[in-house]
Formats: sequence, C-alpha cells, structure tokens
Amino acid sequence: MSELKVPTMAEMMASEQNPDVLFWVGCAGSFDDRAKKITRALVKILNNVGVNFAVLGSEESCTGDPAKRAGNEFLFQMQAMGNIQVLNGYEIKKIVTTCPHCFNTLKNEYPELGGNYEVLHHSEFLQNLINEGKLTIQGGAFKGQKITFHDPCYLGRANDVYEAPRVLIEKLDAELVEMKRCKTNGFCCGAGGGQMFKEAEKGNKEVNIERTEEAIELKPDIIATGCPFCMTMMTDGVKLKDKETEIKIFDLAELIAKANDL
Amino acid sequence: MISSIIFIALVIAASALFAKNVKTIIRNIKLGKDIDRSDRKKERYLLMAKVALGQSKMVVRPVAGLLHIIVYAGFIIINIEVLEIVLDGIFGTHRLFSFLGSFYYGLIASFEVLALLVLVSCLIFLIRRNVLRLKRFSGVEMTSWPRSDANYILITEVLLMSAFLIMNAADSSLQNLNSFHYTQVGSFPISGLFVSSLSSISESGLIMLERSLWWFHIVGIFAFLNYLPYSKHFHILLAFPNVFYSKLEPKGQFENMAAVKKEVALMFDPAADPYAAPVEPQGEPLRFGAKDVTDLTWKQLMDSYTCTECGRCTSVCPANITGKLLSPRKIMMDTRDRLVEVGNGIDKNGKDFNDGKSLIRDYITEEEILACTSCNACTEACPVNNDPLSVIIDLRRYLIMEESKAPSEWTGIFTNIENNGAPWQFAQADRLKWKDE
Ligand code: SF4
Ligand code: SF4
Repeated sequence: MSELKVPTMAEMMASEQNPDVLFWVGCAGSFDDRAKKITRALVKILNNVGVNFAVLGSEESCTGDPAKRAGNEFLFQMQAMGNIQVLNGYEIKKIVTTCPHCFNTLKNEYPELGGNYEVLHHSEFLQNLINEGKLTIQGGAFKGQKITFHDPCYLGRANDVYEAPRVLIEKLDAELVEMKRCKTNGFCCGAGGGQMFKEAEKGNKEVNIERTEEAIELKPDIIATGCPFCMTMMTDGVKLKDKETEIKIFDLAELIAKANDL
Repeated sequence: MISSIIFIALVIAASALFAKNVKTIIRNIKLGKDIDRSDRKKERYLLMAKVALGQSKMVVRPVAGLLHIIVYAGFIIINIEVLEIVLDGIFGTHRLFSFLGSFYYGLIASFEVLALLVLVSCLIFLIRRNVLRLKRFSGVEMTSWPRSDANYILITEVLLMSAFLIMNAADSSLQNLNSFHYTQVGSFPISGLFVSSLSSISESGLIMLERSLWWFHIVGIFAFLNYLPYSKHFHILLAFPNVFYSKLEPKGQFENMAAVKKEVALMFDPAADPYAAPVEPQGEPLRFGAKDVTDLTWKQLMDSYTCTECGRCTSVCPANITGKLLSPRKIMMDTRDRLVEVGNGIDKNGKDFNDGKSLIRDYITEEEILACTSCNACTEACPVNNDPLSVIIDLRRYLIMEESKAPSEWTGIFTNIENNGAPWQFAQADRLKWKDE
C-alpha cells in the first residue's frame, strides 16, 4: 500500500507551515468503509499533483448538516460554532470537500455564523487543477466505457454545480450517457434530509431502487457520483438489482485516480 | 340611459367586492412572521420578468407550457377590450374605439384569432384533466373542490370566448344590414366564418342576441374577477409578487434560525454567566419551528395562496413517486386551507381566536413531514417559485425541537453528533484512521 501524505493542521502549525487548502473529510469520508476509499483516492491525486493541503483530523467534527435537515437546528448551530472556532483559529481560507452536504453547509450556512471560506466540491477543485495545467487525466483506462453521472441533490440543484463533474468524466475518454432525470431534474438517491439514518416511511418502493432502475436502463458500465451518501444508496440499489458484476459505482475522485494509475 | 346606470352600479359592486376579498387575503398573508426580502431589487425584477411574465418554468413541459402561454397571453390581451366594453357600458356607446380606424380593425381581428386559440387550448386542458386524466391532476389532495375549481375556470373561459365570438358574428351581421348604431369595423376573421348561419335571424333578433352576449361577456368577467380570490386561479395576480419575493440564496441554503442563534451565542460566550436566569423573551412565548400557519413567514403564506395546484412539485417528488404520503402540493394546499380557516375564525371571533387546531396533525401528519429528502425537486419544478420544502422543514423543527418527536434513529444520530461529532458511533479521535488502512 502506497504511503499517503496527510498532514494535519496541528502538525502544520507546529512546523509553522500554511496549507493552501484544507481538505474537509467529513464523517462519511472518515468512517464509512466505502467512502474512505473516496477519501484516499482524492488524497492520492492531491499528493500526486503536489497540492499543499492539510486535514483537521481529530479536530474535525460533523458540520451539523444531518441535524439541521432533520430539524434539530440547535444541535446544528452548536456544531457549526464549534467548527468555526477551529477553522478560524487556523485562519482557514479555502476548503475542498468530497461531500456535497458538508460543501453546502460550509459554503452557504456557515458564513452567517461567522465562518467565511472559499468552499469547493472536489469536482470543482479537480477541474481547476486541470484548467491550471497541474493535473492531466490519462484517457485509456475507461476508453469506450459507458458512464452515467448521478447528480447529488446538494451539489446540483442545491448549488448549481452540474458541469464540473461532467467535464471530468469527458476527460476520461469515456462515453457520458445521461439519465432522463439529470441536472436540474436529477432524481434524489433517497439519502438526503436525514433519510440516510432512518427507515423510510411507508410507500411502495425505495427511492434508491427507483433511481438505480433508471440508471440500469442505460446499461452503463459505470455509475459515477460525487457524494458518499449517493454512493451508499446506489451501491445498495445495484446490489439489490443483482447487477453488481456488470455495473460498478465510482466517485469522480476514484475514476481519476484509476485513470492515472494512482 | 337605464342600462348605463345598471352597468355603472355593476362595475362599482364588482370592484368593491373584489377589493374586499383581496384585502382579506392580504390581511391573512400578513398573519405570517416577518422576513426581509427587500434586498437585491434588480435581480428580483429580472426574475419576475422571466418566471412570472415570461413563464420560463412553464415551458419545461412544452405542451402544457405552450397552451398555458396562449391562454394567459390571449386572455390578458383580449381583456384590453374589456376597457372598451366598460366605457361603452358607461356611456351607452357602441365600439367607442372604432374611430382608431384600421388599427382598431386589426386589433379586433387579432382578438378574434386569440379568442379561438384560447378556446381550443381550454378545451384541450379540459380533455387532459377529464378524459385523459393525467396523473399529475390526481392525488389525495385533489378532492372534489380543487378538481371542480379547475374545471369551472376552464369552462368559464370557453363560455366567455364563445360569447365573444358569437357576439362579433351578430355584430357583423348587423353591420352588413347597415343597422343603426352598428358601425362598420372591418372584417372579423373568425366570427365572419359563421355569419351566414345567423342569416335567418331578423334584425331585432340579432340585436337581442348581440346585446345579451355583450352583457353575458361583461357580467361573466365581473363574476370571474370575484371568483378569483376563492380559487387557485388567484395565481394570475399573485404570481408576480410571489416570484418577486423568491428566495434568492442557493436552494441548499436553509436559514439559520435567529432564535437559536441567540441561545447558542450565549453558550459560546465565555463572559456569559451560566447561573444567570435565562432571558425571558418578551411578548409571545418563543416557539421553535412551525406548529400552525401563524408560525410561518408571510412569504410562505403568500406561496400557499399563489399555488396553482398544478402538481408539478408532487410529480417530481421522490417521496411521492415511491408511494409515500408526502405531496408537496398538499403541503401548500393545506397551508392555504388552514390559513383561510384561521382568517375566517378571526373575522368571526376576533384576533385572539383559538380553535384548538393546528397545521401540524390536523392538516399535515408527522409521516408526511418526516418523509422529505430535502432534495429541492419541488422548488425547482414550481412555476411560481413556491417553496414547499421550507414549510416542511419548519414543521419538522417544531416536531423535533418543541415536541422531541424524533424517530428513534434520529435521536441516535443526534446523540452521536453531540457526543462524538459524527452521526455514527465512532470516536472523534479515530477520524484519521483511514490514512493507514
Ligand atoms: S424536497 Fe421534499 S417535498 Fe420537495 S420534492 Fe424533495 S422530497 Fe419531495
Ligand atoms: S407548489 Fe408550485 S408546483 Fe406545486 S402545485 Fe403549487 S404551484 Fe404547482
């Protein structure tokens, strides 16, 4: 296993260094087995490009997003104030994250509480690296593969980021195929609004099954996404539909790490 | 002369009644909590021009969008003629504006074409609702009243347009007869086609026909005007302010509750005295979230009155599509129905009236409130920029913060976030373990 270089802010401070960007890993990225792979993939890319970044490590805490969406504003603001103290203490200016929920909360809801940062989803951050000529994606590994992109609600509709993920996929030399419900009409994976953490209300279908079926109709080789929760939902859906041998689910960071053989 | 007096009385009565109803609606909307939407005026005007006037979100569904634009534009433009009708009625004149000559002829001709288009579009709408029975127009909230409401409006428009065309045909016949009073006003492209079918009617018969249709047309319009405030059709007026006051922040941004901010700031303030008595809020007891319509903002209440009941929100809602009880259209309609109920109660029993009912439970169940994924599909789809999601979240806040009625799994994640900074039971100290796995 290749060694990952993951400096923490505390270490950076100790050696009087300043990172250019903070990687906000998020709870899923830290603890969920599948999402940890996404975290590692992004770090591999950052290491490879030589991005000067750091993480908060054990000083990071939940942004409070699940609490807020579930109606517990009090807990959300407690979390936010705590995190803002830490972030402002380190004088953080720029944040990249692989979780659209953290992204949305940090970007939109923290400023009013005193936390002002430039916040980027990793798809935007990677696109910037490409535009700056720092990152090149080697096509080939995915040449001719059919990839469909599932828009995470908190990246797409919530924040109007539709292009960056698609630009990345196109760089893979793959064939990007769109589901009928995509971009502004994207269909939820079923995890948002606190649903990830509880049983669904009575209905006739699970939301993730509805979405997975739509993706499967396209007969893609890969379903790409940019959210650890969508990842869980789509993976479960594909498993339930018995398609896990034909269809793989990858995060954008993983696709790029694979393409570049990292 | 008599007819002029009757007519003037009618205009005054219709306008007064309309003004009274509108005042009630404004009063009801103002029962909501304050929210500042007075910023970024230029952006707001542009948005209003695009979404309300330009109907940019209607055309996402091209068939319905096109038909709707025809009915809307046609109806508005044809109503320019109402101005002439009103003046004719007051002064006892006939086609007062005909002195405009060929411009007037052109106007009348285009009104006729539009009238036909509106008529056909309304018929198609009726067929979609009643024969094809589009799924979007059904659902638990689409009880008999909302269904009839939509049909009444469409039928009224069909009748008004038909009256307008037949009236013109009679007028045209009378012009051909050189009847006194009926000045020549050029050709009628649509009604002209069936002038011949009126040929068996005598001159006085034609005058009777023309006059009664004229009265039918204008009385119909006054009736329609006064039906609006009781109907989802009120959106033709409210759509404009409603879009103007839209939320301009990113859709994912939920407001940080000010009441909570104060408490949290106190907890984070090292200078705060932990033993000091909590500051009692003045006036009304502070309530977190929304239990009833009066806990919502005036904008959310305006949303509810603007709702067209089109069901575009519900037809894209992941919860609804997968068979859950939640329907964002129902959230909006329940909010409005409850607000009307509260308003009527205030009218009858005074300001402090309390019927012991509330929006939560008496109208919207916990099951609905909990099923939302906060995906924003509904807000994206709504042609008048309603925000059903914000109402759901405010109800949820009440459920969680005031009643502590969280599903047990949520109680679990709250505890975890509080204790170890993650929704799962992992120690915060282990947050970097992924690095070495
Ligand atoms: S935000 Fe909630 S109510 Fe609106 S479409 Fe999504 S799940 Fe349905
Ligand atoms: S909230 Fe908007 S989309 Fe939903 S029914 Fe009302 S007008 Fe239509």
